[in-house]
Amino acid sequence: MPQLNTYRGGPDERGHFGLYGGRFVAETLMPLVLEVERAYRAAKADPTFKAELDYYLAHDVGRPSPLYLAERLTEELGGARIYFKRDELNHTGAHKINNCLGHVLLAKRMGKPRIIAEPGAGQHGVATATVCALFGLECKVYMGEVDIERQQPNVFRMKLLGAEVVPVKSGSRTLKDAMNEALRDWVTNVDNTYYMIGTVAGPHPYPTMVRDFQSVIGEEVRDQIMAAEGRLPDTLVACIGGGSNAMGLFHDFLDEPTVSLIGVEAAGHGIETGKHAASLAGGVPGVLHGNRTYLLQDDDGQILEGESISAGLDYPGIGPEHAWLHDIGRVRYVSATDREALEAFKRCAAAEGILPALEPAHALAHVIRISGSLPKQHLLVMNLCGRGDKDIFTVANALGVSL
Amino acid sequence: MTIALVPPAEPAAPEDGRLTRRFAELKTAGRGGLVTFVTAGDPDHDTCLALLQALPGAGADLIELGMPFTDPMADGPAIQAASLRALKSGARMTRTLDLVRAFRAGDRATPLILMGYFNPIYRYGSERFIEDAAAAGVDGVIVVDLPPEEDEELCLPALESGLSFIRLTTPTTDDRRLGVVLRHTGGFVYYVSITGITGAGAATEEAIAAAVQRLRRHTDLPVAVGFGIRTPDQAGAVARVADAAVVGSAIVARIAANLDAEGRATPELLDDVLGFVRALAAGVRGHL
Repeated sequence: MPQLNTYRGGPDERGHFGLYGGRFVAETLMPLVLEVERAYRAAKADPTFKAELDYYLAHDVGRPSPLYLAERLTEELGGARIYFKRDELNHTGAHKINNCLGHVLLAKRMGKPRIIAEPGAGQHGVATATVCALFGLECKVYMGEVDIERQQPNVFRMKLLGAEVVPVKSGSRTLKDAMNEALRDWVTNVDNTYYMIGTVAGPHPYPTMVRDFQSVIGEEVRDQIMAAEGRLPDTLVACIGGGSNAMGLFHDFLDEPTVSLIGVEAAGHGIETGKHAASLAGGVPGVLHGNRTYLLQDDDGQILEGESISAGLDYPGIGPEHAWLHDIGRVRYVSATDREALEAFKRCAAAEGILPALEPAHALAHVIRISGSLPKQHLLVMNLCGRGDKDIFTVANALGVSL
Repeated sequence: MTIALVPPAEPAAPEDGRLTRRFAELKTAGRGGLVTFVTAGDPDHDTCLALLQALPGAGADLIELGMPFTDPMADGPAIQAASLRALKSGARMTRTLDLVRAFRAGDRATPLILMGYFNPIYRYGSERFIEDAAAAGVDGVIVVDLPPEEDEELCLPALESGLSFIRLTTPTTDDRRLGVVLRHTGGFVYYVSITGITGAGAATEEAIAAAVQRLRRHTDLPVAVGFGIRTPDQAGAVARVADAAVVGSAIVARIAANLDAEGRATPELLDDVLGFVRALAAGVRGHL
């Protein structure tokens, strides 16, 4: 039964968010995707699945993550009260583990002993390797050669956790190619393998599943801001690569008309230069990796490479639910450049004693941009979805410092 | 003697007819056919056209022409590389259709099917693609990432315009799903003999024979088998149990082996690739 007057009713039974989403995969994979959907539907209806997930989220991840008032930043900017949702304090240092725990419990229920994944920044890879170690599953991580180069610390962490990291040398050697390679693996190892997608993209039911697993972020924010301020926030801000941390923050608030939602894409060197990863600002609808969504592509339908200082944001697409929320105007999507993200990174370190990952540094750049002009009683919550330790080499390089 | 006052009318859907006619001819000849795959514009437009024009003479019964795409998820390294070479040499959908038109101008009999991924078609415009492909002389299309669940996108409109929509079936397609997969399939059924990507390991002859038997219980359409067929022997073995054997990666690898350091076609390319196709053709004819 379609629910009217809600933004939270999607997708339809075939995985469509309006025009977007769907299941555009090769026939070899189709039975597998349908199997994942059946298993997920059963798990969702089973209270023991949620209980088990909640247990690990509390005792392994350390949820709930704090909602933190960034007092000095608030004071410096002189406007909105700025809160950080501290998902960078999770075990493994980012929001990615929320999703991986959900997936691994499902894989376990499905009896799949082998996990594959395709991280960009590597946070998803670290989280995947972590949950595989936790549950004793074989873990193979496909990562673009270029991303391996700029995320060395994460690659080493994955290996320490027992994962096999496979450098992807095809195409542009970044996230999209890692995803192609993971799909090629899945198509080859159909019987024993579970594909752990790290963002709200891919064929149905992945965008929905990942959103559901990440929605804990927004649900906690609701309780925490009610406790701290006695009312709902006015604005939520999150960065967008594929868009999982943003979907996780936004979903619980989609039907709250007083809460404005802002997603921040990576503008790289600037949207006007063409060297960016802003699929909504600079892309058009197309079909890739199992779903229809906005894609960076040329006029022949060939996929372009996203470009961003942040390895986690340079995917040339975006989750289909974001594409839909963009079209209907429920979420406003803006962008921040590499330079703005770097400035925000430094400012966060200096004002709050937190090294944010370069991904949420993009969200922070927008917070810095708008905060001063908002009234003092305005409540703004930004998802600080990852910590910046993994990025210190990239940042040093950008600042001309040799380590 | 009767003199026809009007020329005989073309059949209503000549493109569809070519596939049916060719499989009927193969049946009469008592052998399975050879389907050869090359990527449009690989290694460059002119070499590709020369190759296409010579393939039927070398023994190709059907031609499968790949539409280049940056992200061919179901393809192995050989065809990925072919796609990138083609794109680098300026391939695009309009050029692919140019190739088909040029081929068709000299060959009205050999069926030609396009194979690829949905995004370049979607960007070109599905309606426009169907119209232009049919007008250029395309007989059927295979779109890897359009399962029956997304039939409204291209399959149903293609059928209306007389273009066959050729579906892949795989070892993971169980009997229950087979009905769904075959529902709007036309021209022939393409059986992917392995769970895997193009150019990977081969299935055994017994497994292929069993799979073809199973498909024949569900459909009267001819069955072509592909993925992992690399040698004349293998092509011959498959052609004995199926209606056609598809060879792709092995041909494309021959193209790659005949490029100079800058990736340009060497003068030996055509002869070498066509020699290989002749050997494959001898294989399916049992002349090994």
